[in-house]
Amino acid sequence: MTAIGSQSALGFGQPAREVARCTHCALPMPRGTKGCEQQFCCRGCETAHTLIHACGLDAYYRIRNQAASTPAKSNAKGRGYSEFDDEAFQRLYCVTEDDGTIRADLLLEGLHCAACVWLIERLPRVVPGVIEARLDMRRACVAVRLDPQLTALSAAARALDSLGYPPHPARRAAVREARRAEDRKMLVRVAVAGACASNIMLLFIALYAGMFEGIDRDHEQLFRWAAMILNTICLAWPGLVFARSAVAALRTRTINLDVPIALGLYLGGAWGIWKTIAGQGDLYFDSISALVFFLLIGRAIQLRQQRNAADALELLFNLGPASARRVDHDGSVSEVATESLAPGDVVEIRPGDVVPADGRIVLGSSRFDQSILTGESRPSPLGCNDTVASGSTNLSSPVRMKIEATGEATRIGRLLRMVEEAGRRRAAIVRLADRWGAWLLWVLLALAALTLAIWWPASPTKAIDHAAALLIATCPCGLGLATPLAMTVAMGRAARKGILVKGGDVFEALARTRGKRTIILDKTGTITQGKIAVVRWYGEAAARDLVGVLELASSHPIARALINSDADKAAHFHASDEVVELPGKGIRGLVRTALDHSPQHVVVGSERFIQDSGITVPIGLLEIARACVARGNSAVFAAIDGKCVALAEIGDPLRANSREAIAQLGRLGWDIRILSGDRADVVAGVAREVGVQEAFGGATPEDKCEIVQRETAKSTVVMVGDGVNDAAALAAASVGIAVRGGAEASLAAADVSLQGDGLGPVVELIEGSRRALRTIYWTIGTSLCYNAVAAVFAMSGLISPLLAAIIMPASSLTVVAICLRSNPFVTRHRPARTETVGNESAMAASPSPWNDPARRSGILA
Amino acid sequence: MSVILIMLPIAFLLAGGAVLAFIRAARSGQFDDLDTPSVRMLHDDGAEER
Repeated sequence: MTAIGSQSALGFGQPAREVARCTHCALPMPRGTKGCEQQFCCRGCETAHTLIHACGLDAYYRIRNQAASTPAKSNAKGRGYSEFDDEAFQRLYCVTEDDGTIRADLLLEGLHCAACVWLIERLPRVVPGVIEARLDMRRACVAVRLDPQLTALSAAARALDSLGYPPHPARRAAVREARRAEDRKMLVRVAVAGACASNIMLLFIALYAGMFEGIDRDHEQLFRWAAMILNTICLAWPGLVFARSAVAALRTRTINLDVPIALGLYLGGAWGIWKTIAGQGDLYFDSISALVFFLLIGRAIQLRQQRNAADALELLFNLGPASARRVDHDGSVSEVATESLAPGDVVEIRPGDVVPADGRIVLGSSRFDQSILTGESRPSPLGCNDTVASGSTNLSSPVRMKIEATGEATRIGRLLRMVEEAGRRRAAIVRLADRWGAWLLWVLLALAALTLAIWWPASPTKAIDHAAALLIATCPCGLGLATPLAMTVAMGRAARKGILVKGGDVFEALARTRGKRTIILDKTGTITQGKIAVVRWYGEAAARDLVGVLELASSHPIARALINSDADKAAHFHASDEVVELPGKGIRGLVRTALDHSPQHVVVGSERFIQDSGITVPIGLLEIARACVARGNSAVFAAIDGKCVALAEIGDPLRANSREAIAQLGRLGWDIRILSGDRADVVAGVAREVGVQEAFGGATPEDKCEIVQRETAKSTVVMVGDGVNDAAALAAASVGIAVRGGAEASLAAADVSLQGDGLGPVVELIEGSRRALRTIYWTIGTSLCYNAVAAVFAMSGLISPLLAAIIMPASSLTVVAICLRSNPFVTRHRPARTETVGNESAMAASPSPWNDPARRSGILA
Repeated sequence: MSVILIMLPIAFLLAGGAVLAFIRAARSGQFDDLDTPSVRMLHDDGAEER
């Protein structure tokens, strides 16, 4: 076995400049590391590599390099997964097979390429006792079968986690089975309809040939009866879908597209049966069965779209940590399932942990990232007796908290319930085809009545004949096929551009050009980057490097922003010395540029801190600082060797394309508003900068949801957001769009999730939607033309089964051809894919399988 | 006439058999996942020995 850790094997085509890359994930190493045989960018990658190597699975790296995948960091959670062995858990999520083995479906995070399939399916070699692991790439779901005598499910889960794919329990076993059965039923229906249609077509070829060449009367009768039987099977089994849907619609006193379809199919079928028994007259069985077949294909495509949408929603229930560290009465710490926590329990929360329940800190103090609830980009320092909300992340030091509310009772639990409710309450956009279906039905009925009226005086049989032929030949097959197909094509093309659309109705809402249309933008993470960074640097540029080195010694969030700015250059500097940090004020110390140089004295901090260090701050910088504060940002001064030379404006910088995208949205006729949970002055500052008139700050998640609901009642509302605090609003809006890097709950609540950075893809999506709708109108128009021709023939009595059998498929084929040729998302400006290089943001940028365009574009395959 | 009387049922039986085979395949889950097998076949079995 060769050492696959060598750099050449992991080159990813970058020979020019030797960048040190992590042996496991092949992402560039954090600053200052020189290339060596094996190196890791984080603990997670090291664990994964050790495990892979120990199990002799090093071929993974070779396969991965062949697969030319995008590198992705291992995002192992390092949990114990002991709740997976819980009896209640196993009853819900596992199925026990006849031979005593258990099967469980686990959703995985962090899947990124074909090599993952290989690695995960070698799980039996990693965990003895696991019999089989089968991965479904598209759903990011692995089915694990194991022998409970030999191993536990938690062991398998731990192994998957160490390999870098943290598992979550998939949907409850019973629901899963029901859905699977429904999918299979649909497939069987398509197959049966196809078989019936093709066999009837063969019989009818003989009959048509007989029309021209002459046919034995007995043969003709035999073929007619055979076709009648097949057609009856076709209508009574697969065709029942349309009858059921039509009846259901009529019961609620609405008309959908299925009403005219079922009318044509079943009237034609019944009339055909009568003609067969009578032994003479034209039959339309070939057209009817082919209709059923084509329409079912359309229906199957639609079902698949809905599945994709539902799959994403699953994650909503997997939010928050599944386990917590409970401190027992004797002081020992044990890992327990989150569900078993009760108010009054004390839990320990280590840095990097997500808070499992609402509670109050009883020991220690730390900084918490509460952006999940508040949207506030700055971490809040919390100490003893402060309340912490479930879903916040502990950033700096371990604390203990006493639980006050758990599960559904927590603020985030209530919020998630709101997301669900908002999603349910929202009136579904009436589907285009169904709107057309209503008036089409009346037109068809009127035409049929007219035909009857014209022909009845001549011959009642002929009149019914022509009316039935009219209903069959004008059956809106093209309509039924056009919308789902065009939407699916548009979804596939959009997915390739990193825009994941869950349902076709999104395009309909976004393509609107009339009426009031409002687009509501979240600030943090949507318009801005959602993390603290240096917005602008005033004064001496050289000072920036020195400050960066000094701040390495601090873990304050602002310090991190200052380090961030120059990761590579830091390597040229020597370490800092004699560092003194005053929390909340500033930091000072000595920094050497090289070994032989004398150290430079660097002071970084607030105006007060600089002055306390005996350094005067120049008036010019002070004025700039005042302007920064007015913008809602903070100002940090830097002094080198006793002279204050620079000023860093610290804030949440705008995304590069925000201003341009907002201007474009305005040109497209949308009203733009900003709605944020961040402080009002910060929000106002951002709004001024991007040119938005209406901006509201300080909105709680509940406020956001309410505002969006109020607006949705009046107009089409598009909500663009990223965090859990936006999730309810996303679900309540006509169209919810979650931007990249957003929390998974928001991805689940949204109708669209974007891969590209910022708002550029939103513009692209709206323009694409308009083009997609244009394609749909075009196909509907074409198929209506065919219908009109058929109607004219039928009313004039010129129609024959042969003519119907030609017109009908021709219309469907035209529709399919137009749809497949369309590309609403033509490449003009591709959203730049930036490689995330960084040692922080460990919890933020995990490439989740839910937003992997490669997998989602599979809907068209 | 007589030939077609035999041929037609046979043809239907064959078609019915094919449909049944498909239904069995669908019910056993062969069409549940259409994406992963295309990836899986690229990994030769001996890959881990090298």
